[in-house]
Amino acid sequence: MPRARRMRCDPADYHLIAPGKLEAVVSLLANEPGQWLPIAGGTDVMVQFAAGRLASRKLVSIWNLPEMQGVETLPDEIRIGAGSTYSELRGQVVIASEFPLLTSAARWTGGIANQNRGTLGGNIVNASPAADSLPALLAYEAELVLVSLRGKRRVPYLGFHTGYKTMLLERDELVQTICLRRGFSGYVHYARKVGARNAQAISKVCMAALGRLRGGVIEDVRIALGSVAPVPLRLTELERVLQGKPVEPKLVAQAREMAAAAIEPIDDIRSTAKYRSAVASNLVGEFLEQLRDKGNAA
Amino acid sequence: MAVSPENQDKGELSLTVNGRLRSVQVHPMARLLDVLRHELHLTGAKEGCGEGECGSCSVLVNGELVNSCLVPVLQVEGARITTIEGLAEGPELSALQKAFLECGGAQCGICTPGMILSASHLLTKNPNPSMDDIREGLAGNLCRCTGYMQILEAVARASCRGPGA
Repeated sequence: MPRARRMRCDPADYHLIAPGKLEAVVSLLANEPGQWLPIAGGTDVMVQFAAGRLASRKLVSIWNLPEMQGVETLPDEIRIGAGSTYSELRGQVVIASEFPLLTSAARWTGGIANQNRGTLGGNIVNASPAADSLPALLAYEAELVLVSLRGKRRVPYLGFHTGYKTMLLERDELVQTICLRRGFSGYVHYARKVGARNAQAISKVCMAALGRLRGGVIEDVRIALGSVAPVPLRLTELERVLQGKPVEPKLVAQAREMAAAAIEPIDDIRSTAKYRSAVASNLVGEFLEQLRDKGNAA
Repeated sequence: MAVSPENQDKGELSLTVNGRLRSVQVHPMARLLDVLRHELHLTGAKEGCGEGECGSCSVLVNGELVNSCLVPVLQVEGARITTIEGLAEGPELSALQKAFLECGGAQCGICTPGMILSASHLLTKNPNPSMDDIREGLAGNLCRCTGYMQILEAVARASCRGPGA
């Protein structure tokens, strides 16, 4: 049995090339649409490969493509190269100080070895509903720059994932950059991962939220959850209800109920729908209490 | 860029392994782990889970810790690879290896090369780690024998002995 679990694949059956330049990669994707699978750090693709479940036989390496590296800090936004690894994200002072939800997500994705290889762009296109970084991108209202031979387009990340592992990415496109608007310094940031352990465990539920009070009422609030629906979920209806109200016990109770109603959790190997629903309610409640306690300080 | 629809031939590729320039004939999608073990006969890195969960195949690529089971060899062409076989200086064990011996940080030994590579990576980045730092640095490496305490103590002891660990 253990032998059978090993390597159900032969590397001879696969092509892998590394053109080294973005233009060459997007040309390939344009000329043979749907034929080539981009591979960055391989933390998802190589797992599929070893298990014999990798449908694509032709792979093009985008690891270390210079056009997808680095973090650019502009006056109104930061632009994160989609090829940035979790370790690189963790090392960015501007992210730690202004977008701490993303730093937290990077810290609890995998262990150090996977953080050295896994990329933010890879997390987006792998499209796991349990991905730790995606609720943070929803909360910060990230925008994605998609690139192809036809040019670039910029789309909001909210709505990018349309269903389980489906997304608004054309077959000839790559996610090149993730843009985060600056200006969250006065906000309460809340990030929690609930899993079997901190490292290496895929989340049972993860949440990223931020908010700000003014004059005792909620002025702005964003709440996003992972691992509770086919896609990472932003609780926009709940946010609208919270807007303009003081954080009182009755509102917290209503928010907990609305959160549980908004999600579509399932039973799987990591958890149960019932547990996920209870945890999602608790996390929303905990966030609102923190918002009440800390939200006026800024 | 003519690519036949069927098999991709092996190609020659060089990488520096434990300070020695090596040339191998491999398929580009071959896993670094398999190239190390089967082509270069460096069997220190182990295959545990084969999916990046257990850390038994940890090696350093240009000084960065990776799970070698998840790295296609083409992506490390020209890179510097350090495996457990490259840590000792001749017959002289590294400070980390000595500390693992002294603290009983190894039992069956399957996880040990990965543990020591992760610890080596940690101490290079952070020569004076707290116990929490050590736990985080080794969190991607699973051990089913020791209960971890001896391993954590070994890393703490090596860090007390200063650089070169």
